[in-house]
Amino acid sequence: MYTTDMTGKTKAEAVAEDPALIAAFEARVANDEFIEPKDWMPEAYRKTLVRQMSQHAHSEIVGMLPEGNWISRAPNLRRKAILLAKVQDEGGHGLYLYAAAETLGTSRDEMTEALLSGKAKYSTIFNYPTLTWADIGAIGWLVDGAAIMNQVPLQRTSYGPYARAMVRICKEESFHQRQGYEIMMHLAAGTPEQKRMAQDALNRWWWPSLMMFGPPDDKSPNTAQSMRWRIKRDTNDELRQKFVDITVPQAEAIGLTVPDPALKWNEERGAYDFGEVDWEEFAAVVRGEGPVTKERIQARQKAWDDGAWVRDAARVHAEKRAAAKLAAE
Amino acid sequence: MDAIATYALRLGDDSLILGQRLSEWCGHAPVIEVDLSLANVALDQIGQATHFLNLAGELEGKGRDGDALAFRRDVMDFTNCLLVEQPNGDFAQTIARQLLFSHYQELLFTALTGSKNATIAAIAAKAVKETSYHATLASDWVIRLGDGTNESKSRMIAGLDWMWRFADELFVMDDIDAAAMTAGVGVDKAALRAAWDARIDAVLAEATLSRPAPRRATTGGRNGRHSEHLGHLLSDMQFLQRAYPGATW
Repeated sequence: MYTTDMTGKTKAEAVAEDPALIAAFEARVANDEFIEPKDWMPEAYRKTLVRQMSQHAHSEIVGMLPEGNWISRAPNLRRKAILLAKVQDEGGHGLYLYAAAETLGTSRDEMTEALLSGKAKYSTIFNYPTLTWADIGAIGWLVDGAAIMNQVPLQRTSYGPYARAMVRICKEESFHQRQGYEIMMHLAAGTPEQKRMAQDALNRWWWPSLMMFGPPDDKSPNTAQSMRWRIKRDTNDELRQKFVDITVPQAEAIGLTVPDPALKWNEERGAYDFGEVDWEEFAAVVRGEGPVTKERIQARQKAWDDGAWVRDAARVHAEKRAAAKLAAE
Repeated sequence: MDAIATYALRLGDDSLILGQRLSEWCGHAPVIEVDLSLANVALDQIGQATHFLNLAGELEGKGRDGDALAFRRDVMDFTNCLLVEQPNGDFAQTIARQLLFSHYQELLFTALTGSKNATIAAIAAKAVKETSYHATLASDWVIRLGDGTNESKSRMIAGLDWMWRFADELFVMDDIDAAAMTAGVGVDKAALRAAWDARIDAVLAEATLSRPAPRRATTGGRNGRHSEHLGHLLSDMQFLQRAYPGATW
């Protein structure tokens, strides 16, 4: 059950890459072929993927915390079971993604250490607190909804193990999105207190959800290269627009108001115009200055530190078993 | 509630409180694989609780369903054994609780598949497969931790020491149990003890651990005499139902 330790592996030397290999690689990618772990790939491609996949895995794991905050307080047995299963799914996604990223030569332990030291990032959305039960609905509806927009195209991403992990993850995410919307629908049709709870959750989660697509295209320096490498298939702004266009009618259908005075249907574009995201806030959260960033990292650090003796015991026990087996042969 | 309804209620309360406790680990376990497996066990327990509590409500016939029973009773009306409400502590303490409980639950559900109450028999038939996995999971971890490092061994000893006083309660036969057994619905829990002892001893031996010294049993859960821990668990679990009476979710 424990990951293969890859720390002993020698790192690729920083040598100039053969232009013929690069050309062949670019041609395969342009032809929509999958790149597999043993295939030759440019170092920059490998690095970009490790960064993106580990960031994605960390987001799944840190993302367990805000929702996990409500498992013990879920309002009935059915909701409790669904939420627990959902948060468990996120853990499972984290696991596949770490495993997929490990095929590129970075171990899970290295990735975890990068998360805890603040070197590796995770989605900014998980640095906001879950205050009421409606936040569980809002996260499923908006955050998983935004995640699906980001992730559906990744099922066709150029790196094979990543694309395959995403196929399974997307199926589960679409279930998560529906259960979140169903919670909101129920609250919005409930007592005045429940409706207030639902509207308050939408007010707090709307803008952070729009930030999940990343900086605007003119400030996203990596987009062009990532799109050429088929690591990304749509730009941040394209995905953000798509999310707004799908989500606004969903809010209207259950009688909730999207907290954006500038929101207006644009007949000519066939899309909604919407207000400017607070990019200063986004930048601050990326820097680690989100409202509950410290709590999130502290919780992961605590799980990691408190679990150290368990991981050690499992390793030592496995070694004892292996030695005993060898002695018996 | 009559004896049969109370019998179902006890089964449901054990599963509910253990499921609630285990779910506290979600997102905080020592390694992702453990996080996933503890969540699995918690989910199984909450599923069992839902079935048993709904049944208890039906048998009672006063319009209470599983949710009413789970979220709108106070400590003195909860009938779970004291073992399942014990705090998670460190991972060794959690696993000690799981070892003692899952072997009991597997033996109990195996016997309950022959219950004359068709619903109890059906729930037990499904749940016995789940609890068999829980018992294996707990046993494997007790063995790893007992026969791992010095630290894991001493933690495992401390975890078992914490939980051991609650083991006897699992096998107590009171009037409710006797009535349920006479009706062919319940089983003789006392008769499960020998098989349970043999299983626990086998695991402890492989884990290079000794059986904790005998001690006075702490009991009372079946009659609503709980530890201080249960009230806090309920205040967390029942918060929304209490804060918004009459709302549906």
